[in-house]
Amino acid sequence: MPKLKMPRKSTHVDMTAMCDVAFLLLTFFMLATKFKPDEPVTVTTPNSISEIPLPDADIMMITVDPKGRIFFSVDNPKVREDLINDMDEYKKLGLTDAEKRAFAVGASVGVPFSQLKSYLAADPTQQKEFDKTATGIPTDTTVESEKNELAAWIRTARNANPKLRITIKADADAGYPDIKKIISTLEGWKIFKFNLITGLKAVPPGTAAYDLQNPGMKK
Amino acid sequence: MAEMDTSSSGGHKKGPGVKKGKKLSTRIDLTPMVDLGFLLITFFMYTTTMSKPKTMEINMPYKDENIKEEEQSKVKSSTVITVLLSKEHRIYYYEGIGDDPTKPPQLSVTYFKQKDGIRDVIINKKKAVEELKAQGALAAKDQATIIIKPDETSTYEDLVNMLDEMSINDVKVYAIVDITPVDKEFITATEQANNVQ
Repeated sequence: MPKLKMPRKSTHVDMTAMCDVAFLLLTFFMLATKFKPDEPVTVTTPNSISEIPLPDADIMMITVDPKGRIFFSVDNPKVREDLINDMDEYKKLGLTDAEKRAFAVGASVGVPFSQLKSYLAADPTQQKEFDKTATGIPTDTTVESEKNELAAWIRTARNANPKLRITIKADADAGYPDIKKIISTLEGWKIFKFNLITGLKAVPPGTAAYDLQNPGMKK
Repeated sequence: MAEMDTSSSGGHKKGPGVKKGKKLSTRIDLTPMVDLGFLLITFFMYTTTMSKPKTMEINMPYKDENIKEEEQSKVKSSTVITVLLSKEHRIYYYEGIGDDPTKPPQLSVTYFKQKDGIRDVIINKKKAVEELKAQGALAAKDQATIIIKPDETSTYEDLVNMLDEMSINDVKVYAIVDITPVDKEFITATEQANNVQ
């Protein structure tokens, strides 16, 4: 009986198509990626059903960690530069140009004015170490108080860019009195509208918000 | 034409102007390139933060020292539930605003939960206000109102959860108010009555 001969096929596959797909995906991820900004503390935000996304630009963020320490940051480096220049004049901090530049490119700050100069003079790794033990920005319930340094930060930042949106990113376990101080400070500057950063959770079925979201489902 | 034939190897000629050369395959092995591509994809997938953080917009009532007492808006006691946020995520609530010293409000305790929690209290209150409106006891513009008073031991999470309940239950009128010493006494009294620390 004659053997049936299978034609021997080459094991080579054309990789071009796969390569195309790979690079298409790669391009997508590269464009969609926005690297997480460096944060001095990890904060777990509470969840809410609110679906308003955080605006892209012009954000002033007040971060509160579980221990109630307050960190302050502005997203735009240009605004940060103006901010630190104003702050230097206003509070007579005597910062050098290099220290100002360190602030402009840096992340959030959580030190009182008295320590700001030495904090900015340190290199980034030392700053990270320092953030772990930092005391946070001192606040008080009234804006007139000399101790309320957060009020000074907010005022100067708003002078640098009046369009800044104020967001509070606080940890779920932060105590209410700490939040209260921030809110009173904002109210002291006549800011009554601000955003709280929250995670997303599903709308519980059978509630008013659920009916609003799914108008057709109502029985 | 004017070209010179440089192929001196003798042999046969294919024709004028046709150079003889070894035909190389144009195919390249793309496998390493694909490998690299996928490696980078994996890297970007891990580092990407796809979901943008969500925010909750909050409007505090306009506060000004110059507003006179009579210009401030008053709420009708029958539309109000006062909610006190306390430690260990406990919620105390009572009907009305608790301003009548002769009749101290009856505090009830509840928690944030799916069933029989604060949500049902709010839903029932909304229903009650609607009924009162139907009976004519309240004007058509009156709405169920929640007054939130977080005390010093409550956390930010409690506040956000409470504000979230407002949007979940579509409560239009609510306010975050400082807790009064009287309210704190209510809490302590209730705690003692129920033997909780």
